[in-house]
Amino acid sequence: MLRTIYIMWIREVKKFVRSRSRIVGALGQPILFLLALGYGLGSVFQAAGQGSYTQFLVPGIIGMAIIFTSIFNGMQIIWDRQFGFLKETLVAPVSRVAIMLGRTFGGATVATAQGCIVFALTLLFGFHPYSWTLLAPAVLLMFLIASLFSALGITVASFVRDMQGFQLVMNFLVMPIFFLSGALFPPTNAPLLLRVLATVDPLSYGVDGMRTLLIGSSHFGVVTDVMVVFVIAVVFVGIGSYCFTKLEV
Amino acid sequence: MANIIEVEDLKKSFAGIEAVRGISFSVQQGSTFGFLGPNGAGKSTTIKMLTTLLRPTTGSILIDGNDPTKDPHAVRRAIGVVFQDPSLDDDLTAWENMELHGVLYGVPRGTRRARISELLKFVELDDRRDSYVREFSGGMKRRLEIARGLLHHPKIIFLDEPTLGLDPQTRNHMWEYLGRLNEREGITVFFTTHYMDEADRNADKIAIIDHGSIIASGAGDELKRQTRKDSLEEAFLELTGRNIREEGASELEHLRMMRRARER
Repeated sequence: MLRTIYIMWIREVKKFVRSRSRIVGALGQPILFLLALGYGLGSVFQAAGQGSYTQFLVPGIIGMAIIFTSIFNGMQIIWDRQFGFLKETLVAPVSRVAIMLGRTFGGATVATAQGCIVFALTLLFGFHPYSWTLLAPAVLLMFLIASLFSALGITVASFVRDMQGFQLVMNFLVMPIFFLSGALFPPTNAPLLLRVLATVDPLSYGVDGMRTLLIGSSHFGVVTDVMVVFVIAVVFVGIGSYCFTKLEV
Repeated sequence: MANIIEVEDLKKSFAGIEAVRGISFSVQQGSTFGFLGPNGAGKSTTIKMLTTLLRPTTGSILIDGNDPTKDPHAVRRAIGVVFQDPSLDDDLTAWENMELHGVLYGVPRGTRRARISELLKFVELDDRRDSYVREFSGGMKRRLEIARGLLHHPKIIFLDEPTLGLDPQTRNHMWEYLGRLNEREGITVFFTTHYMDEADRNADKIAIIDHGSIIASGAGDELKRQTRKDSLEEAFLELTGRNIREEGASELEHLRMMRRARER
């Protein structure tokens, strides 16, 4: 069981380390958001008396890097299915739950690494975390968020058979999760509908937790944040394992 | 010799369409069995059911005494599979692909390393062990997959069109190896192919499937005698007709393009 998880985990990590274009490519979007929104809306945000927008935005941007990388990684299963490698793992005499866990944690590790790279880059753009010692728990929280969305990606990928389906998932699942999470705006003063949607969006708690640990401001409270992310991560790993076990080629 | 594969009235339907319509056959332990049929006849569906990848709609399968639906792990340990389309990880090296397989099949570390070395030498890929699989030609990938399918010393090896796109040299080499393995280890070989001469030369017994049913079976010579033809190719055409079959594949091509675009 552990050997299977390990070998599937190391596969994801090796693939990540080896594809420099993918690492750089996945940095483009968060950095663009940070520059365009951070500098573009910074003065408006400040005039509204909310302080520095860049400071506010960075945890959200890290959340963005994590959700996109981990969902994308989970959905690699679609490629593995089409290019055959999935079959190799499905005919192996090992528990599919172990394969699924290895992939989930592999994807989560990769997404966390991506989140850390984004964090390092934001330092160049003037971001300063409120406490350096809280960085370690912040990385752990990143891993938790990444596990949640890796598992979600695998769950969705076990139903989707082609890349058209992938676009659908990106536009109707990932984008809403990201935009409604309060990654870009403080949910406190938003209209009621947005606030309700933010409350049911798991990424809201992830981003809010990151904000607590990185800039010391919180909406839900960090304990609630971590609890919610943890519970939903466990639930999604469970659902993902179930769907992956039922997979046929 | 006992039968290592027993199939009884096996059926599979997809959304009400019967792809396999109640086939029965058996394969003797240590024999080489050729499973032939035109495109879309139900060959791959049958192989998927035998190798635990698809659940049959009805009917029974016994692989080395185990039912793939009840005890898939026992079946999976007993078989090695070389699929019709490549199932290697292109982003890993030849060695890493073998290593991953060995770990998944629980081959202990020491044995694993020795066997991987031996098998890579055998398929003449030893000097490319640290190259990425994406740099390999079709024939090299095929050879690597065959080596991988043998790594855990299975009792049966399933080969779905293993020689597709291989040059005659590689093809001969591969059959020579499988023959030796069959003799030395008593490994049962179950294969499909579109090359009739290959089936005639290598199979002890052949079954021909068309429109989801087995329409003829026996040794190559028996099939020729039955149809009063000189070659298995003619016998095959006599049995299955001359109409050309269609098979959908456009979606896969589309994906390949998307992936190439993404990697750039």
